[in-house]
Order: sequence, then structure tokens, then C-alpha cells
Amino acid sequence: SAVAITGCACSRTKTQRRHAAHFTFQPDPVPSQYGPTQKMNLFQSITSALDNTLASDPTAVIFGEDVAFGGVFRCTVGLRDKYGKDRVFNTPLCEQGIVGFGIGVAVAGATAIAEIQFADYIFPAFDQIVNEAAKYRYRSGNMFDCGNLTIRAPWGCVGHGSLYHSQSPEAFFAHCPGLKVVIPRSPIQAKGLLLSCIADKNPCIFFEPKILYRAAVEQVPEDPYTIPLSQAEVLQEGSDVTLVAWGTQIHVLKEVASMAQEKLGVSCEVIDLQTILPWDIETVCKSVVKTGRLLISHEAPVTGGFASEISSTVQEECFLNLEAPISRVCGYDTPFPHIFEPFYIPDKWKCFEAIKKMINY
Amino acid sequence: VQNFITVMETLFQLVVFVFQGARVVVSRSFADFTPQATFDIKKCDLHRLEEGPPVKAELTREQGLQYYRTMQTVRRMELKADQLYKQKIIRGFCHLYDGQEACAAGIEAAINPSDHLITAYRAHGYTYTRGVSVKEILAELTGRRGGVAKGKGGSMHMYAPHFYGGNGIVGAQVPLGAGIALACQYQGNNQVCVTLYGDGAANQGQLFESYNMAALWKLPCIFICENNKYGMGTSVERAAASTDYYKRGDFIPGLRVDGMDVLCVREAAQFAADHCRAGKGPIIMELQTYRYHGHSMSDPGVSYRTREEIQEVRSKSDPISMLKERMLSHNMASVEEFKEIDIEIRKQVEDATQFATSDPEPPLEELCNHIFSNNPLLEVRGTNPWSKLKSVS
Repeated sequence: SAVAITGCACSRTKTQRRHAAHFTFQPDPVPSQYGPTQKMNLFQSITSALDNTLASDPTAVIFGEDVAFGGVFRCTVGLRDKYGKDRVFNTPLCEQGIVGFGIGVAVAGATAIAEIQFADYIFPAFDQIVNEAAKYRYRSGNMFDCGNLTIRAPWGCVGHGSLYHSQSPEAFFAHCPGLKVVIPRSPIQAKGLLLSCIADKNPCIFFEPKILYRAAVEQVPEDPYTIPLSQAEVLQEGSDVTLVAWGTQIHVLKEVASMAQEKLGVSCEVIDLQTILPWDIETVCKSVVKTGRLLISHEAPVTGGFASEISSTVQEECFLNLEAPISRVCGYDTPFPHIFEPFYIPDKWKCFEAIKKMINY
Repeated sequence: VQNFITVMETLFQLVVFVFQGARVVVSRSFADFTPQATFDIKKCDLHRLEEGPPVKAELTREQGLQYYRTMQTVRRMELKADQLYKQKIIRGFCHLYDGQEACAAGIEAAINPSDHLITAYRAHGYTYTRGVSVKEILAELTGRRGGVAKGKGGSMHMYAPHFYGGNGIVGAQVPLGAGIALACQYQGNNQVCVTLYGDGAANQGQLFESYNMAALWKLPCIFICENNKYGMGTSVERAAASTDYYKRGDFIPGLRVDGMDVLCVREAAQFAADHCRAGKGPIIMELQTYRYHGHSMSDPGVSYRTREEIQEVRSKSDPISMLKERMLSHNMASVEEFKEIDIEIRKQVEDATQFATSDPEPPLEELCNHIFSNNPLLEVRGTNPWSKLKSVS
């Protein structure tokens, strides 16, 4: 498809060909241990998690830009009608204010769930998150903390987002002790992880892959349940290569794993990191000890992306087990492009090629 | 002789009438149009100002036709962008400016091309008034190499000499504008910087930081709030504790202007520019305007306001109609002239669309160009360790 796009400029018809998504969402099997389930997509599973929270925790409040009518991605639909306008309310257009305000709410004892409309807009709030929220407990000697704060933001490429609606800023926050950064891959994971973040006594940032809001549909339990943080999940066992990713990229890697099995006879172990900070070093290293090869993939630019942290730690812990250099298949070191998006993202072909090179090292 | 002339005139008009279809109107004499007229305009509300802009505006025939042409071009260009977006030829984000044309046209009429202007993402109108052709704007929207930013910026990132965009992050352009004004002051070139933002951005903290710096150092910065009553889907009453945006600068003088009247905008902008050039420091203008489309192409624009409201503004305060009616009622131009201009503009936009849809996309090498300024070629790491692209800048 990459070749087709380059060569096609002259034969393009008046109506633009639709860009197909670079991944196929692969739903998880229906969980049986959490009670009755219902078909939900990603934004509905988020609404369900928030609904459970507002029902069980009388101090919980949800705020952000446009959350009252349901949110620009419909994650908070119906909550204001159900729980009242003093619990689900809009803020003016001020990210720094939203997070600062959220920290205050959390420190005073209420559960604050702040929404930043797009992860790309989180930067005015960066100071509040890094300098205030993350350091509150530490600097007060545990007298105060803003563990009741959870920040949610839509994250990642969406096909037409270009520079300011596609960014994946998890690496900026991974550099900040005191925060937890969590990214789900699917509705079932999203609800469980979001409820864990809200319950967790540390400030958490929850990035939701916006391209999956409608595309990902699964049978999600209606009752509340939690999925533990800082535990990576091994989705598929394998013996030759370990593939690590999070969010949307997991679905790309799952496809790559089946391609590798079919075409190269290579058995891949796919790991969803889920929590970026603090990340599950043990699971990843155990897997690399078994397979000897590691590929990490994310949409964010390669320099300083979170794959560099994983790569560095794994080579420290598993140096003698490595059969090939650790591969990082990530975005280019450019701002997220407008027209070049299909070339920029680490799609399945690039990951597949990386596996081929690792196997033949 | 008088009778003879009258007879000839009538005969002439008859001839012209007969040839109307073939558009021989060109041969009609324009000597019977009023060359200049004075119009009453709305008085501006003032904040910390003793006197405001004049309540009467002079308009010459040439100026009127020029403003009409500018506004109509912006209008047609935006409607064409709407059409192309619905055909999925333009993708990504597209924030249309129709309804607000008087702001762009009026401001441009009041400032010099050597002055500076910076605005937010609803920028197509200003890109045009600052000198970029419709062709280049549409090609940038469709992401082709003929676009003003080589196809790499898209709708929100169009630039021109003395026009600094085109900014996606809400409110981020205001400190930039204050900085440009500082540069003007430092270089002593008697230029001003017009810094635009919307009613939604008026609640961002960085604006107040900019107001403080501009007032402290008396920067020649004209802060303009284009209040179109809705910040995306939130009406101003629900977002702002004070909707008197012209007073929000507190210690900075302000004016509230009817943004649907191009003459009102022009007079106010002229007043503001004179204020800044006289070294009196910054000034805030609030332009009360309206957008017909939703916030962006993904917003139908009717879930937070009624169709009746939009219709009412369209029928009573449309900037283009207002100017046209004024000129016609004062016999400054004819209906046919306006029709001709419309046809010309339509053709111009069609040609631009043709270019924008047939121009090739930028080559893949452009992906990595212009990241840094670098003399030897910079190697940019790609998705894999062995795939590197060269970056030229």
C-alpha cells in the first residue's frame, strides 16, 4: 500500500481514495470472571467506568472542556443528567487551569477526574503535572498528596490528525517520578485500567487511543473491575522474538506476529506493557531471556521515545541473552506530519522487516 | 442640444439593454456613479479611552469594490473548501471563516502590508488578505506541493511575509504577537502587530501574561478578540465570567466594534493602529462577529445554536450584503458590476480548485526537511535503525 500511494499521483480520481487504517482491531475473548457483559466500544467502556465511579464514590467529579454534553468523543455521555451538574461540569478553555484546579480538588480529598481534550493540548498543563502533582507527596513528606487525581486524554494517531491531534506524549511524562502513565489497548482493558487509576493513590495520566474509540468493540463487563497497574500482559506466547508495544500498536504487532509465523516460521511473544510508568521490567526481561530478541514499537518519535528506556534496561539486565540488537520501530524524528502520515507511522511492514533482520542477524 | 443628448442617452441605454445578454455593459459610461460617500457607522463602546473612532466613515467607489471583491473571494473560497472537504479531497481539520469576512477585509484596509499579523486556526481569510493567492491556499488545504506551506502545514498552518499564521494551539499565538510587537518597537520601524484570538482563547492564561508585558513595555500590539459568540460549542456566557472581552485587558484600553460592518472594523483598526504608532502602548479590540459554519467541518454547528439564529444573522447582518446594499443605495455601483465581480471570482476559485486537485503531493523527501536549520545534511532516524532520511533545511 505504501508503494501504491507514492506512484499514484497522476491517476488519482476526483474523489480521494479513503485511507485504510493501518491496523485491524483484534478483540479479546469475553471475560467470564467479572459478571454479565455488554457489547461496548472504547468510548462506551470509558463511560461505563466513569459511571461506576460516580455511583460508588460520592466525592468523584468529572471536569474538562465540553464534558457536560458528553465530550467531543462521547466519553461522558449521560453522566451529567444522571449525576448532576455539580459533579460533571465544563471548564473554560484553559488546560493549565484544569490540571491545577484538579490538583487542588484532589489534595482536598475529592476524587478528581480531569479531561484534557487532546493529549496534544496537555503541554500548558505540563508544569502543573510535573512540578506540582508528581512532587506533592514527596515534598510534603507524605503529609499531602494528590493521589485522587486522574487525568484522561485522547492519544495517538487517527489517520487525519496531523500535527496537533495525533501526538503520543507518554515519553515526556515517563521521565517524571511520582506519576503513573497508563495506556489501554481495548475496551475491556480500558475500563479495568481506568478504574485502577482512579482507585490508585497516585496521580495518574490515562491516555486513550482515539483511533480505537469507535473501531474497538468488545464484550465488556458492566460491573466495576480493576486490572492491576504496572503489570504487563503477555498476549501470545512465543519462543523466538519478543514484541512489546502499547495502545493501538498492539494490534499492529499481533498482525505482525501472525505474519512472522506464516511467512518466516518465527514464533513471537507479544507483550502489552499497559503501564508505561512504572513499567513491568520483570515480565519483559523474563520474556527476552527466553527468546533472545526484542522489538519495541510505538508511534512517538524514536529519539527519546519510551522504547529507548525499555531497550536500555533490557540490555542491562539481559545482555548475555540477546541474540540480536534490540529493535525499535517507531515514528520518524519529525513533528507528526499532515500529508505524510502513512509513511510516518510504524506500520506492520516496517515491523515485519525488523523481525526479519533480527532473525538473520 | 439637451434634447438631443437625452434622446441619444435613451437610445444608448436601449442599445445597452438589448445587448445586456452579451454583456456589452462595459461600454456603459461609469460617470454617473457616486465616487465617494459618507456612511454612519455604529459607535464603539470604549474602555479607558476618552474618545473612540469616528462615527462616520468615508468610502470611495474603488475602495468599496475592492472590499467587496476581497470579502466575496474569501466567502467563495471558504464555500469551495467546504465542498472539497465533503468530497474528502481536503482532509484533516478545516475551520471556515464565512460570516467573518468583514474582520479580515476591514483590518487589512486599515494597516499597511509592512505591518504584522498573527491569528489562530481560522486563518484562511487572513492568509488571503495578507497576499497569498486562492490557488496556493486551496492547494495547501489539499496538501499539494503548490500549497503555500509546501503541503506540509494544512489548514491551520499557512504563512506569508508579515503573516505569522495559522496556529493550532488555542491562545499560543498571543504571546508570539506581543513578541513581534516588541521587535517592531526595538527596530523602530513604526510598524504594529495585529494579534488575533477568539472568545474561547480569551480565557487562556498566556493572554493575560501577554497583556501585562505589552502594557508594561508599551508594545505596539493591537490585540483583537474575534468574538463569534461560541468557543467551539460553548457559548460565551457559559465560558467566561465577563463577556466584555474588550475590557478583559483591564489596564489596557479597549473598544468593542461591530465586526459585521467592514467600515466599522476599518475605522476602529485605523484608530487602534494610530494609537499604537503614537507610542501609547497596546490596545484591545473586540470584534463582534458571527460564523455561519460550525467550529470546524466535523461540527454541524446547529447543536448549540438554532438554525433560526444563523438565518437571522445571514439575512440581517451579512457583511457582504451590507456593503453591497450601501453601495447600491448610494449609487456607487450597479448590480451588474457586482454580478461581474462575482463571476470573475467564481472563475478564479474554480481555476484554483482545478490546480489544487491536480497538483501532485509533496515528495517523500519533504517528510524530514526543515526540522532543524542545518548546513551539512542532517540524518533523521526513521522507523528502523537502517532507514534514515536526509533532512535539508
